[in-house]
Amino acid sequence: MEKRAFFSNKILPYALLLPQLAITVIFFYLPASQAVWQSFLLEDAFGLSSEFVGFENYRHLFAQPEYYRAMMTTVIFSSSVAILSLACSLLLATQADKQLRGGEGLKTLLIWPYAVAPVIAGVLWIFMFHPTLGTLSHPIKALGIDWNPMLNATHAMILLVLSATWKQISYNFLFFLAGLQAIPKSVIEAAAIDGSGPLRRFWTIIFPLLSPTTFFLIVVNIVYVFFDTFGIIDAVTGGGPAGRTTTLVYKVYADGRLGGDLGGSAAQSVILMIIVIALTAIQFRYVERRVQY
Amino acid sequence: MVENRRYRNILAYLVLAVGVVIVAFPVYLAILASTFDAATIINGNMPLVPGDQAAINYSRTLFVGASRTSREPVGLMMMNSFIMAMGIAVGKIFISVLSAYAVVYFRFPFRKTAFWVIFITLMLPVEVRIYPTYKIVADLGLLDTYTGLILPLIASATGTLLFRQFFMTIPDELLEASKIDGAGPFRFFKDTLIPLSITTIAALFVIQFIYGWNQYLWPLLITTKSSMQTIVIGIKKMITTQDALTEWQIAMTTAVLAMLPPVLVVVFMQRLFVKGLVETEK
Repeated sequence: MEKRAFFSNKILPYALLLPQLAITVIFFYLPASQAVWQSFLLEDAFGLSSEFVGFENYRHLFAQPEYYRAMMTTVIFSSSVAILSLACSLLLATQADKQLRGGEGLKTLLIWPYAVAPVIAGVLWIFMFHPTLGTLSHPIKALGIDWNPMLNATHAMILLVLSATWKQISYNFLFFLAGLQAIPKSVIEAAAIDGSGPLRRFWTIIFPLLSPTTFFLIVVNIVYVFFDTFGIIDAVTGGGPAGRTTTLVYKVYADGRLGGDLGGSAAQSVILMIIVIALTAIQFRYVERRVQY
Repeated sequence: MVENRRYRNILAYLVLAVGVVIVAFPVYLAILASTFDAATIINGNMPLVPGDQAAINYSRTLFVGASRTSREPVGLMMMNSFIMAMGIAVGKIFISVLSAYAVVYFRFPFRKTAFWVIFITLMLPVEVRIYPTYKIVADLGLLDTYTGLILPLIASATGTLLFRQFFMTIPDELLEASKIDGAGPFRFFKDTLIPLSITTIAALFVIQFIYGWNQYLWPLLITTKSSMQTIVIGIKKMITTQDALTEWQIAMTTAVLAMLPPVLVVVFMQRLFVKGLVETEK
């Protein structure tokens, strides 16, 4: 799509582009290419000198059992959050799609967690499930479970999944609701006239018609868990106990800052970049399909 | 709709009510905790109705801060967060409205290249290039400055794409008419384009303000002075792994204060918020 009418000025457009291009080059391209370059370097312990070591950082990375564990943690974490938050928000959205009295107010009450910072979400949930003072820890302990997300890795992961899901429901809810409202009512009415009940209508008509939204949300949720949950992890578990809730992004941070291993951290960054680019590419292919749809 | 049976609506209300309660409960607990003293919270049996310490907790949090950990008044942290969020929102709108104007309304060599150079940034969030960016900001002497907090976070394409998309829907006749009236690029921009874009600008502002206020990893890395801390950083520092040091009543009061501005923005500007959210994702 192009404009038929336009200005032809020799210098002005460059001046208009300058602020954004300057910021993009200095704070995006420069660091991104340095990350790639640094991933091929090995720095000495004092950061005084570095030598080119080729793929050594990568080889070292893939020899670490911790890296595979972080990968597994990321996969488990992101799939649990994606499934749980999509299921909850789809349920809420289908109910909110019915023309209810006070529906707008209910909608507002469901979407505001979007505005809560991930790290604050983490703080709220650790407070609620704190092993000694958490309000909800007592009922769990009363059931005979020795609840302690600070020592037990499974408990820590459950708490992370719950807090990350809590924060993401509002986003998914909004998009599902928009998707549901875009489905023509006539299609649903036709199916009802043919005698199919509400549940059957949902699975045979509504759910398939929602699939573009669902697919889009799956990708967005995975990206969300990859990057935006950094704050949640840092607040709830700090990657622990014993590194068992360290995700790929958290490891980039921890290795570079706490461990001082900048080459290894850069190599991890590069791998993450490749994953994100792949996910984005998948999303774009899907966007093209949606246009034909 | 098709069947308007009463029991189905009751079921819908029930499901939504449960959803609302689950969504609100953690925040309710935080608000509760901000009304008790430390001892009541620590013993683990916090009552489920508010206590009477709210005034003390809020005034201490805002003007004094936690005594054992982060040691800065939270009011100051909120000021820092506000400056950062405003800077990100305004800065991003400023650079992206200009670049979208150039890309849509001008023809010049390397126009497509410029667009792609900006577009590619969509793919890589700041988290994956965090240390090299840190190094550049440090080399520029921007650690512990608002500029250092703000600039790297506005280097992304979402705003440019949003404005480009909107400008494309503006009929060509408007520009043709302005040209006949003798308007140059500046007047067309000021008198026609900006007034038409007000809703889009407001929607982007809402989204970017929330994004900026909630930033965590970047400010965590580049602020070393405690006077430059944002509230989101401050609260994390209050929660220490050694439980004895955590002043929960102050931490939870801070949590409530940290949630307040962005939540108010979402609630009172819901329409703009939804518009901004849906359209920046397209």
